[in-house]
Amino acid sequence: MINNTLYDLAIIGAGPAGMSAAICASEHGLKVALLDEQANFGGQIYKKLYQPSLKDESILGPDYYQGRVLIHQVQKSKIDCFFEASVWQVTYPEKSDSTLEINLSIKQQGQQLKARKLLIAAGAQERPTPFPGWTLPGVMTCGAAQILLKTSAMTPASPLVIAGSGPLLLLIAAQLHRAGVNISGLLDTRPKGRYVEALPHLAAALNNLPLLAKGLALMAEIKKANIPIYKNVTELTALANPSEHLEQVSFKTGNQHQEITCRTLLTHQGVVPNVQLTRALKLDHVWHQNQTCWHPVKDEWGQSSHPDIYIAGDASGITGAKGAAHTGRIAALKITQSLAKISSYQLAKLAQVPTKKLAKETCIRPFLDKLYYPAQTFLTPEDDTLVCRCEEVSAKDIRHMVKQGCTGPNQTKAFSRVGMGPCQGRLCGLTVSNIIAEESRLTPDEVGYYQIRNPIKPVNLSELIDLAK
Amino acid sequence: MTQFSTGSSHRPDVCVLGGGIVGLSVALGLQRNGLIVSIIDEGDTGLRASRGNFGLVWVQGKGDTLADYAQISRLSAKLWPQFAQELFSKTGINIELQQKGGLFFCLSDDELEQRKTMLTMMQKEANGDYPFEVLDLQQLRNFIPEAGPEVVGATYSPEDGHLNPLFLLRALTECFIKQGGKIHHSGKVCKLSKHGQSFKVETEKESYQCDQIVLAAGLGNKELAPQVGLNAPLTPNRGQVLICERVKPFLNYPTGHVRQTNEGTIQLGDSKEDVGFDTGTSTQVMATIAARASKMFPLLKNIRLIRAWGALRIMTPDGYPIYQASQTHQGAYLVTCHSGVTLGAFHHGPIADWIANDKQDFELEAFHAKRFAI
Amino acid sequence: MPNALPFNRLETNSDTWVTLYIEDQAIQVPAGDTVAAAILSAGLLPSRTTSISSSQRAPYCLMGVCFECLVTIDGKENSQACMTQVQDGMRVSKQIQSPDLNAADTREAKHDK
Repeated sequence: MINNTLYDLAIIGAGPAGMSAAICASEHGLKVALLDEQANFGGQIYKKLYQPSLKDESILGPDYYQGRVLIHQVQKSKIDCFFEASVWQVTYPEKSDSTLEINLSIKQQGQQLKARKLLIAAGAQERPTPFPGWTLPGVMTCGAAQILLKTSAMTPASPLVIAGSGPLLLLIAAQLHRAGVNISGLLDTRPKGRYVEALPHLAAALNNLPLLAKGLALMAEIKKANIPIYKNVTELTALANPSEHLEQVSFKTGNQHQEITCRTLLTHQGVVPNVQLTRALKLDHVWHQNQTCWHPVKDEWGQSSHPDIYIAGDASGITGAKGAAHTGRIAALKITQSLAKISSYQLAKLAQVPTKKLAKETCIRPFLDKLYYPAQTFLTPEDDTLVCRCEEVSAKDIRHMVKQGCTGPNQTKAFSRVGMGPCQGRLCGLTVSNIIAEESRLTPDEVGYYQIRNPIKPVNLSELIDLAK
Repeated sequence: MTQFSTGSSHRPDVCVLGGGIVGLSVALGLQRNGLIVSIIDEGDTGLRASRGNFGLVWVQGKGDTLADYAQISRLSAKLWPQFAQELFSKTGINIELQQKGGLFFCLSDDELEQRKTMLTMMQKEANGDYPFEVLDLQQLRNFIPEAGPEVVGATYSPEDGHLNPLFLLRALTECFIKQGGKIHHSGKVCKLSKHGQSFKVETEKESYQCDQIVLAAGLGNKELAPQVGLNAPLTPNRGQVLICERVKPFLNYPTGHVRQTNEGTIQLGDSKEDVGFDTGTSTQVMATIAARASKMFPLLKNIRLIRAWGALRIMTPDGYPIYQASQTHQGAYLVTCHSGVTLGAFHHGPIADWIANDKQDFELEAFHAKRFAI
Repeated sequence: MPNALPFNRLETNSDTWVTLYIEDQAIQVPAGDTVAAAILSAGLLPSRTTSISSSQRAPYCLMGVCFECLVTIDGKENSQACMTQVQDGMRVSKQIQSPDLNAADTREAKHDK
């Protein structure tokens, strides 16, 4: 046991949502523990910002460095921080209003921490984007390339191709271009018609003109950079050389077959909430059709289906960094009120500003969701594509299971080991549910998701033994 | 809405309630007897004992207080190679059956002595035909060099073995469907009734008619049995299973607590907890299982745990199975046990034959639920 | 033995650099790097082979999600490179299929002496 403190609030994730919540809760006198897998504050979005790697700040742009304000604030707060702390299990007793137990490993030591309330601010992950060849060395995600810029001032080996859809894809293309990387092709994998589908949501999006303007500026920057852009790309395939390293990307535009030689291929199809912990806790989830993923169910305060567990930031649905900070603050206020540190009246008053700001941040989401909605092939890939990278199970295998009578992902898992590897279903869960839904003509919501088992991160047996009484 | 599955081509002879290892094994045996069989099963997230078990085909120590149970366990172990072969030839799925013996590790002198006494008694009961060996640590290390210094010894039975329970479930399912069987995922069975010669099975969504029914619904049998004049006093008992990452093969024999699958995964079990229907895991039980396993195999402290869960064992008050034909509702049978893997070949063979021939049996009297009557 | 084009390092603020050994080859990286970044900067691709088909893999998500960057770090097999900070003198090698627990045990025994 780290210490015998009973924390009022434990926060998992030190990104914008977790940091904001920690600042707010500690301001109101709560005893707060903030936990993160990384070495310091920031989450993925403000990764390494406590000690930026890149000398040239123009590469990542001002949005990244704006996070410094939050980091400076949280550094001054009176909270207990646990870094390089990987939470692998949370247990709660049957009764509400009793103590939650958080099992974690800190520097390879098994530890346990107790808290009255839990805020999950575990962020997002990139949507799994299976296509032929996506397991080849040399193929990475756009998020990975951005992380390397932030943590290590590193850019991928060129020639480089970027393929997919989503705001982050455009941002990373611009950032790499600013960093002097020669981009051999930007492959837009969206089918025709996304602008038309997004149009009905434009009016709402106009409520956040600055963000919209930023997006347009990014597109203009990419256009000016003379990066070869290929639109409505289909049949994206990564091809290997004899030593199994990426050598070429092939695809189609219209009826035309194209090939580009490359050493690195970055792909992206948007981000989805990280639901491993909320699933393992058996909280309720709901299918979000526009974002084609599940969200944990929560009320306007971020309270989940368990009264002592709250969710904020991208882990509760994609809102972006600024929106995440507001949701963190709102949840922290509600938790403070639930522990009787502020009154309901104070809660209503204090929550006004962040609630209003949050509405402004989220108004653009339906527009973006529609505009960058992934092409069907990345949701339900062709037969020969690997779906589960860990256990090497293909889309064809999943379809075969459905023909054998598998009605959901859990039976499919039992039959084929899909989702049983070390990533614990993170990179195949959505795909498997989508394929089963398509094959059985049901919605993903009807088909359901994996029952996620503890531990939510692989844990050394020795660390589990550390907890034996 | 109730909807009858009518039309003679769709009307099965037998409905098996429950598509786990027990239900499927019996169903395949019924098909072998020429019957048309349907399985009525729950959806994707039902309480699945079949997906949570350890995969042991285990004989040693089973039935120490009921000789009949020792007999059927051993009979099943003997029938397994043929059943596995049959599944392979029909589906191409190798269930990785291995029966070169199994070891039960003991961490104290007392424990080893108790097991020795128990097995000796069982040997006597079987008129000497009950092979086992008691090994000290040195002898044990001839089998498994990785046994740790805190291990006192082990008991060994050459009749023990293991298989891959997930492949088994898949092979049984594929075989059943290939032979014309139908699996209906139509929700929980809510009502059973008999009308003339036929049974009516009503689920949340559908309704079916048939001549015979087999209750193989695991814990679900408790509610269903009384509707057809049977009694299934079952309680859930949680066994926690810890699944670790794949590692290079080192464990060539299954043990009562640790086994390595063909693909390299290490499984650790088990505990006995009465917890109602909660399939969760508790830290202390997991930590205790891990600590014990690493005493048996110190090298396991370097392995990573990937998944843990509590599977619910289906326990009668004395832990033994119930096999019983209904007196009041002729054609209704109850098959319930907690060792669906070990007894799989027995269920596919003698139990299915017994049901197919619609016998009001006597040989199985030891397994009647009337033993629980006060 | 590094065998792919290395990733490029831009001008950084880092003033502390450490030396680690990737497949026995010394490489200098900034102290704040993760092992995964060091692997990419050394050009050690692929960095592992799968236990099922021996197919070649390399770091993919860099944020602890995909478990593709599993390598052997200071004798500890299947270590997640993107979640491990570099240390001076660290030894990193490719993860070939599944870990060998017996080898780990031997290494540890040596270490204890």
